[in-house]
Amino acid sequence: MIELVSETKCISCNMCVNVCPTNVFDRSPNGVPLIARQSDCQTCFMCELYCPVDALYVAPEAEISVPVSEDELERQGLLGSYREKVGWGPGRTPVAKHELMYRLALRTTL
Amino acid sequence: MSEALALQGLNWTADVLVIGGGPAGTWAAITAASKGSNVVLVDKGYCGSSGATAPSGTGVWYVKPEPQLREEAKASRFTLGGQLAEHRWMDRVLDQTYANMNKLGNLGYPFPVDENGNPYRRGLQGPEYMRLMRKLVQRAGVKILDHSPALELLADEHGVGGAAGVRTQTGEPWTVKAGAVIIATGGCAFLSKALGCNVLTGDGYLFAAEAGAELSGMEFSNAYAISPTFSSVTKTAYYRYASFYYEDGTVVEGAGSKRGRSVIARNLLQGRQVYAVLDQAPEDLQPLLRVGQTNFFLPFDRMGINPFKDKFPVTLRLEGTVRGTGGIHIVNEKCATKVPGLFAAGDAATRELICGGFTGGGSHNAAWAMSSGTFAGEGASDYAQSLGAKSGTRKLRGLSTSTLTGRLSSGIDQARQKAAAEEKVRAVQEEVMPYDRNLFRTDEKLADSLVRLDGIWREIRNGTAERGAAGVRAREAAAMTATARWMYNAARVRKETRGMHKREDCPVPDEAQKHRLVASGLDDIRIRPEQVEKEAALM
Repeated sequence: MIELVSETKCISCNMCVNVCPTNVFDRSPNGVPLIARQSDCQTCFMCELYCPVDALYVAPEAEISVPVSEDELERQGLLGSYREKVGWGPGRTPVAKHELMYRLALRTTL
Repeated sequence: MSEALALQGLNWTADVLVIGGGPAGTWAAITAASKGSNVVLVDKGYCGSSGATAPSGTGVWYVKPEPQLREEAKASRFTLGGQLAEHRWMDRVLDQTYANMNKLGNLGYPFPVDENGNPYRRGLQGPEYMRLMRKLVQRAGVKILDHSPALELLADEHGVGGAAGVRTQTGEPWTVKAGAVIIATGGCAFLSKALGCNVLTGDGYLFAAEAGAELSGMEFSNAYAISPTFSSVTKTAYYRYASFYYEDGTVVEGAGSKRGRSVIARNLLQGRQVYAVLDQAPEDLQPLLRVGQTNFFLPFDRMGINPFKDKFPVTLRLEGTVRGTGGIHIVNEKCATKVPGLFAAGDAATRELICGGFTGGGSHNAAWAMSSGTFAGEGASDYAQSLGAKSGTRKLRGLSTSTLTGRLSSGIDQARQKAAAEEKVRAVQEEVMPYDRNLFRTDEKLADSLVRLDGIWREIRNGTAERGAAGVRAREAAAMTATARWMYNAARVRKETRGMHKREDCPVPDEAQKHRLVASGLDDIRIRPEQVEKEAALM
């Protein structure tokens, strides 16, 4: 589930408030969105993908909340790691057109 | 029946209203707009990230129009589906999918290229696909309302003429009057947390049935996906490379991602945890797999598990009719329902026409979504335009079975309504999630579940739902209860095993039951047989 909105990274664009399909976030007066309904999170990772500054972290556990430390996540290189793999963000190539995508298809087509 | 139509809040008029902004809804919206209709699309979440497609990668049933390739494509799943698919529909969907995928390429979808530099169009990455679809919807001039679940359809004696709901982020009610309405709300996975599926609660089935539409194939509703126990990532396809073990490292005989899913279920039922390792994937294939389904590896990477080497515990998550094939019955090539002005597309509509009683996997589902969306968009647009000027003067009423009230003023009352809905959802989940009820079916257990499900329905239909976030939960609970009752009533009538529907007490297919089952009604549920089109016979 969603565990972190980094107050240091967040630019208050509220993109996560908009894109979360299950409406987990609320806008807040100080600009950094609140995780208002964590138990509604379906662990789909879409908010992370749309966050332009890698300020969000969705923990892999879908059933339980596991508190995280931002410093530790930063150290492990996990913030923004999904967006990087999907190839979203300036200067990146979408994984959709990755050459291995075609090679995989050749190997697995029924 | 709901109270008189609320006139406060947002009031719009359109030719076509699309409910649901996944692949089917977005294709429907673009198509209707391209035919000159004024279109509004409402999504319960956010058009672009909502639903089962957006967070995933999927294959697509994209087959070049060469007779032999097409025949093979059609034959590949025909028997698995219990011979309930129709030749004519498979042809139409293959044609439409081919056209739509080529169109996507021309509109900027970044397909990978083959060794000759030609685009390879047999797959889509959900985030990329749905971000592009949102852009295309906006470019077509369609007005999008995000975070705007529908609560009920509106109708008069001539048929459906709009819908009403609430904007969950502002609390404002919305009403859209429209000449035609397309339901593209997806299937129902009963809040199982299967990837992207928690917005898919069968709402559209409920709305359609309240308007008098029928449903078909609801017995084909017991798809379960393999996933790590801790995770939401339900990508069963990669488990073709898995071996399954017990905790002590001995092999689980017969377990597998295809026919061996039952073996996993039986072990889990006995309280024996099953573990998987993708140790059948050759080393040189592993980097390719990582690219093919980026999100499959995300939970493992974050937990420090190497799924090609390390054992991890697995479970089976209910995907219901999202991967099952049941849904709203459609009556013609334009995906119309029997109710004038009401159309259905994607997982909300029955996929039996191309898959029969067994999921076609992601590729058929993606093909069905984009094709049926296109058909419904054309049909709804034509219908709305045929109504002419008189459509603006219709006196519409809401169709909700439970009474819809104004927004509850007190936070305590809202919390109480939400908690009551959650309690009903848990009660429904207890009937539809257990493998020994839904996966392995018997008449006795289906009947036993129906006694309780009927009781839940009676409470719901005598209750109320506010036009606010708590009311959305109440209506979702109603939709899931109704869906479970259509599922189990149809499953009782199908006294055989066919497609994904497995009856322990009738374990083989029965030639005399090679027909579809069509369900209707809310308080009293009726099931009628419907013959499969004769020219469907493939072999």
